[in-house]
Amino acid sequence: MASTGTTDANDNPYEGLYGGDATHWAFGTAFADPLAGVVGPTGREVAVPDGVDARDLATYAVMLADDALVMSQRIAEWCSNAPDLEEDVALSNVALDLLGQARLLYTRAAAVDPDGVPPLPEGSPAPPEDAFAFFRDAAGFRNVHLAEVENGDFADAVVRILVFATWRLALTERLSESTDPILAAVAAKAVKELTYHRDYAGRWVVTLAGGTEESRRRVLAAWDRLWPLWPELGASHPVEERLARAGAGVDPAVVVASVDDVLRQVRDAAGMEEPEHRPAARPQGRDGRHTDALVPLLADMQSVARAHPTGRW
Amino acid sequence: MSEIRAEWPLYEVFVRGKRGLNHVHVGSLHAPDDAMALRHARDVYTRRNEGVSLWVVRSDAITASSPDEKDPLFAPSGDKVYRHPTFYEIPENVPHM
Repeated sequence: MASTGTTDANDNPYEGLYGGDATHWAFGTAFADPLAGVVGPTGREVAVPDGVDARDLATYAVMLADDALVMSQRIAEWCSNAPDLEEDVALSNVALDLLGQARLLYTRAAAVDPDGVPPLPEGSPAPPEDAFAFFRDAAGFRNVHLAEVENGDFADAVVRILVFATWRLALTERLSESTDPILAAVAAKAVKELTYHRDYAGRWVVTLAGGTEESRRRVLAAWDRLWPLWPELGASHPVEERLARAGAGVDPAVVVASVDDVLRQVRDAAGMEEPEHRPAARPQGRDGRHTDALVPLLADMQSVARAHPTGRW
Repeated sequence: MSEIRAEWPLYEVFVRGKRGLNHVHVGSLHAPDDAMALRHARDVYTRRNEGVSLWVVRSDAITASSPDEKDPLFAPSGDKVYRHPTFYEIPENVPHM
């Protein structure tokens, strides 16, 4: 496109990409709605699949949403604190992807079991997804411990994202076949995001392990710190088992072997030892039992919404 | 401990938009290696749906013209109007001209 007058192509590097059409900037064009063709405006239009208990389905959606929301909040804490500007943006993108997954899942939970939505303060205009995020206490959250523990250093961040994304990717790949069309659509969207998160984190784990003595020491220490949290991710909760039997959910026990396999490949590429064999685990966070780290995380995340319960955002 | 470079090398980033035909330079970033530069470019420059393809190249691999050479390189073409194909009558039934 020829430049004329004051519009110099050098002023806006993106001009050449769009021929000067700026409509792509804010929610403009070509954005794909993951629920397009699946769901109407509120998510209530889609019935609960046959043989699935509505309350179980809602609880299951909240479990997956809580994992995403709490992990998102932890990763978002890296914003402005990452080792480099580029990592700052990369980590923020991961956090926002997970936040998007959480919103869709909370919305589905509220649609199939409206009684399960936490009560809002008088006069609050908040949608159900915000009720789940901001007006529940720690004991009501059903996320796994890996999502909630404190951040540590950058090596912790990439090891944690690697383990979390590998596990969640294995779950969502199967969940994209769910008999619940909303969960299936949300999972299909999440698969692409999580594939990138796993790739990003895996590369960093290998890079740090093969970098300097200091970077290797740190990534090995991160692996030692976070590895004890992995067994809980493979522990089946009764709700997950029932949903899996009905074809609407995934029992995490079935993905343990494939996740182990991927993590072993990364360790091999990084020249890292096989960690100690771990004991079988039972659910912790899925039943509302949490580490001490969750309460301050929620206090931080919920402070603004609770201070202004009638606020509009 | 081996010597550590204080700064990652600089890379230039080129994005091809959905509707664009060619890659366009959009900016630069730092990255530890080529593969990571591509991922950083994805994270920094395509997070608002800008592109479908990315190139990254080490900035020190680019040979650039110097501002000092601006006149001898570019000024001579400023008055060669006959180099523009503007002296032809284009028939009305020729499309895309």
